[in-house]
Amino acid sequence: MLPYFINGVTAGGQYALIAIGYTLVYGILRLINFAHGDVFMVAGLIMVYTSASMPMYIALPLVLILTVVLGFVIERVAYKPLRQAPRMSLMISAIGVSYLIQNLAFYITGGLPQPVTHPIPWISDTITIFGETTKRVTIITPFLTIALVFALVYLINHTRIGMGMRAAAKDFETAQLMGVKINSVISMTFVIGSFLAAVGAMLYFTNYPSVAITSGGMPGLKAFVAAVFGGIGSIPGAVVGAFIIGICEEIIKGLGYTTFSDAFTFVILIIVLCVKPTGLFGEKVTDKV
Amino acid sequence: MKKKTIQKEHIITAVILLALLAAAFVLDSMLPSYHIAIKVIKKACVYSLVAVSMNLLNGFTGLFSLGQAGFMLLGAYSYAVLCIPVAKRAGVYQYFDGGLVQFSIPEFFSGFLGETVGTTVGMLAALLIGGLVAALFAYLIGLPVLRLKSDYLAIATLGFAEILRAFFQWNALGPITNGSNLLKSYPDFARAGSYMLLAGAFIACIVLLVNSTYGRAFKAIRDDEVAAEAMGINLAHHKRLAFIISSFFAGIGGGMLAMYMGAVQALSFKSTMTYEILLIVVIGGIGSITGSVLTSFLYVASLEWLLRGLDSGTFLGINAPGIFKNGFRMAVVSVIIMVVVLFFRKGIMGDKELPDLLRKRAKSTKKEDGANE
Repeated sequence: MLPYFINGVTAGGQYALIAIGYTLVYGILRLINFAHGDVFMVAGLIMVYTSASMPMYIALPLVLILTVVLGFVIERVAYKPLRQAPRMSLMISAIGVSYLIQNLAFYITGGLPQPVTHPIPWISDTITIFGETTKRVTIITPFLTIALVFALVYLINHTRIGMGMRAAAKDFETAQLMGVKINSVISMTFVIGSFLAAVGAMLYFTNYPSVAITSGGMPGLKAFVAAVFGGIGSIPGAVVGAFIIGICEEIIKGLGYTTFSDAFTFVILIIVLCVKPTGLFGEKVTDKV
Repeated sequence: MKKKTIQKEHIITAVILLALLAAAFVLDSMLPSYHIAIKVIKKACVYSLVAVSMNLLNGFTGLFSLGQAGFMLLGAYSYAVLCIPVAKRAGVYQYFDGGLVQFSIPEFFSGFLGETVGTTVGMLAALLIGGLVAALFAYLIGLPVLRLKSDYLAIATLGFAEILRAFFQWNALGPITNGSNLLKSYPDFARAGSYMLLAGAFIACIVLLVNSTYGRAFKAIRDDEVAAEAMGINLAHHKRLAFIISSFFAGIGGGMLAMYMGAVQALSFKSTMTYEILLIVVIGGIGSITGSVLTSFLYVASLEWLLRGLDSGTFLGINAPGIFKNGFRMAVVSVIIMVVVLFFRKGIMGDKELPDLLRKRAKSTKKEDGANE
């Protein structure tokens, strides 16, 4: 059972990094950013391509930068023009972006999963812990995740832009009237979300043999469920939710019900939505659900 | 009481639709059944039906559901499981000792109605059963889910579709669903005309529903829930009704998709399929049945036929195998979709229908007449 638990904690850490992107965006725009899982997948693809053609110390920063630029561009092109539109238009636009990214990725990769030929050194080494062999990334992921979360919480609670984000999440229009530069705050949200997704992708795809164009979908949806489970809009909630989902899922796999590990996530989602729609740490706002 | 007369534009609409149906039958008799035009018509008919069923929910009732692929899966599997000839079951269910279901509805009916009529009746019955299975599941899923609003409803229905897909791939259900293996060898309509008749009949049912008291109640709920409730519309009842009816037709659409594809596998009913249909509805115009049908035909025709060249090297006489390679077609289509979503938010038809277009033209000619006088 122990290796499954360790794997679960790792999966939870990876989901947490993606889930934060969902929860931040939802907190401010009230938008399920369906394209976020695909941004994660693109980060994986960029890693495969850059790490094969240039040294690691250039490749990894480049992955972060390109992913952040992608997130920024998506917001500016696909979401900003729809700020006054009904929420459903925004969501349709997000689904359209997701569809577009997947099809572009299909075109570029030729539809074939791209093998991770040059995994990041050191963290992809095999180590032995408690008598189980695993990759070093498995151990590092949860700690790195928690460190990043603390940095993010500090950013949100103690900086100017963080204050802007909190204000926008509380009341979009009033924040605008009080002089918060709403567009730069929203851009910043997407930049942070994409950055964390890129880190998540690096860790995730170190453990996997290849990146396929559909590899973003499932982790993306699960991370979203984690965000809902923890209470959407809440960062600690998203992290706790992600760890719980990651651990449960790996244990279900360990019990031999691999087919249901995905379905289980959605069962959690539906139970949470029906019983306690605000999630574990969500604020009580009656008009949300 | 208001006197009901059949207006001119409705007659013209009927004539246009009949002409299209006749054209399909003419094509059937002229072209072999494997011709691309026949295939496009068949697939577009299936997509039309599913898109219209989604429009009934998302466009007319304002319930943003993303469970369409799941209900199509139910319809497709019901149809396939019930229609595989008994003699071929051993081959299809080779890993599950021929499966549990040891009868075939088309064969049952052909027992006393004769080969041709019986098979057709049996296939139609299986389609309807598929729809009913989807409707039953919609009722059960709707109990908890329909209390949610907007994007939460969307994500919950999406989740249910994924759960269904996982269940159908489960080995323990293998004797019925064949696990993750293909279901095949079931009968199929060879003619594009039959598809058109079927899809047309079901879409006509939806049109009648939309124009009935129920349809008006749905629209009222879409426009303002509180006002609708104040006017005496039972919200829970009508939402459930819309959800069940939409799923019923999605299930039938799924059964027809199974017919068209010739083999079904749970793996292919992914959320991407729902997205595809949603985008068709959006491009056609949310709240326009004509728009959904028109876009289905445009979408399928351009993907399967007109834009083929974009994938295979030569398009419009330009030969550039470096750019026009596998996947370029989908990339181009999704860029077009994004442009529509961002800049033409009303879609092709807005919320207008075919008769509305004709009526407008009739009015403007009248105006010109007046000016001439």
